[in-house]
Amino acid sequence: MARLELKRVTKAFGDNVVLDGIDLDVGEGEMVCLIGASGSGKSTLLRCINLLEPIDDGAILLDGDDISEPGRDPRPVRERIGIVFQAYNLFPHMTAAENVMLAPRRVKGLDREALEGPVTALFERFGLSDRMGHYPDQLSGGQQQRVAIVRALAMEPEIMLFDEITSALDPELVGEVLDVLRDLRGQGMTMVLATHEMGFARELASKVCFLHGGRILEQGPPREIFAAPAHERTRAFLRRVL
Amino acid sequence: MPVTKAEAAAAEPPQAPHPAPSRTRRQLYEARQRRRSLGIAALSTGAVILFLVVLIPMAPGWGAVKRSFFDGEVFAQTFPGLLQAFLLDVAIFAWCAPAIALLGLAIALCRDVRAPALYPLRLFGIVFTDIFRGLPVILVIYLIGFGVPGLGLPRPWNSPYIWGSLALMLVYSAYVAEVIRSGIEGVHASQRAAAASLGLSDADTMRFVVLPQALRRVVPANMNLFIALQKDVALLSFIGPVEIFRQAGVYKSLLANFTPYVGAALIFLAITIPATRYADYLMTRQARART
Repeated sequence: MARLELKRVTKAFGDNVVLDGIDLDVGEGEMVCLIGASGSGKSTLLRCINLLEPIDDGAILLDGDDISEPGRDPRPVRERIGIVFQAYNLFPHMTAAENVMLAPRRVKGLDREALEGPVTALFERFGLSDRMGHYPDQLSGGQQQRVAIVRALAMEPEIMLFDEITSALDPELVGEVLDVLRDLRGQGMTMVLATHEMGFARELASKVCFLHGGRILEQGPPREIFAAPAHERTRAFLRRVL
Repeated sequence: MPVTKAEAAAAEPPQAPHPAPSRTRRQLYEARQRRRSLGIAALSTGAVILFLVVLIPMAPGWGAVKRSFFDGEVFAQTFPGLLQAFLLDVAIFAWCAPAIALLGLAIALCRDVRAPALYPLRLFGIVFTDIFRGLPVILVIYLIGFGVPGLGLPRPWNSPYIWGSLALMLVYSAYVAEVIRSGIEGVHASQRAAAASLGLSDADTMRFVVLPQALRRVVPANMNLFIALQKDVALLSFIGPVEIFRQAGVYKSLLANFTPYVGAALIFLAITIPATRYADYLMTRQARART
């Protein structure tokens, strides 16, 4: 059974329909890549899954449980679904380690001593052990984004969402962030990515979805989507980006 | 065809045709411009000062003004007493300032509550800031400073120090609250989104993510308010306390000379000018950090 299931998800900002009936299944350990032009609804879709935006119609099911029900407390859901943003959104007044520890301390009630070990291990795993005491503005974009990933992972989420996390980075820094995703993929993390990194999606995605005008026009294994796109719009998009 | 010496020299590869200039053309030009502007500024300032020094003493009342405002003897005689009285201004400031900071923060937070059950708090915040920002300080001091002791409260609860200070606290915390609120609104929505995405509650988001950034941002603006507060402490003299302004008035009556007011002004400036400069410095530094 799918861990995450989207059924006819609809979302509009005023008259602007951003998501127009999205159906999507994400299975345990899958990595689903959302591709499509800017404004096609990829980011909004991720923000809706994390309940940062309420959906207008349809349903989002987590293990069969409707988390999009209006009036439901979003916080327990957000503990289970982590998200990383394009602009990192680190807290600038806290060191990298403080950024990472804030939510485990306040939400899970863990104390500093209990967190010391696991947090240090996370920083080490992503090559950041000498950056724990640095403030965000003392870190490169790639390091900041890796800290943001560590911050989300420290809550031990079951599913991770990544919203174009390499789009704000200088080209030479993209690789180090993609390596982190590769590592998570190897660990069997369930992930949904909005991405412009086509090579990466082709290499590692279990499923690629092409969004256009708030709909998923086409979805399937990367081999099929990249090699033999069925839809003319998909072909046009891929011609432009590849 | 014979080649002249000059032509030969010109044909040779130039080996440092000019001695390597220590400064570029641009730098030389800018240095010249700077010297020129400096000269003009000095000249025009000198002309204005000369004009004032010559002109003011030519006014028919200058002799009288000089005697009654700039009397060296009176100045020397009253300055220590003025300094002594200024300690009271500083003391009033010292107990008002922390109370204003806390009350201002509380009011700012009141205006930010979203829960419907707490709507009265929000309403209170709005009404409070509207009223106390809308009234002249001196009016609030009169109303509270004369009004409340008029209830016939026993000592020490009829003291003008208490009620005058309260008036200052109310007015200034309304301003501080507005400044803090602008700081809260200035924290980018993506910071709140990041905090929410980690499962933080609204209260924790405010306390750990939004407020620390907001308060840091509004330090210079609040400093300016506290400088204004130090000056407005003098208004309490109207309801009784013998602070520096009142003390200067006493000396004026005693000696029939206005020089004590000039002394009081100098004492205020000695505090407020460095403080204003420091606030300006903080503000430019912050503006630079943000770009």
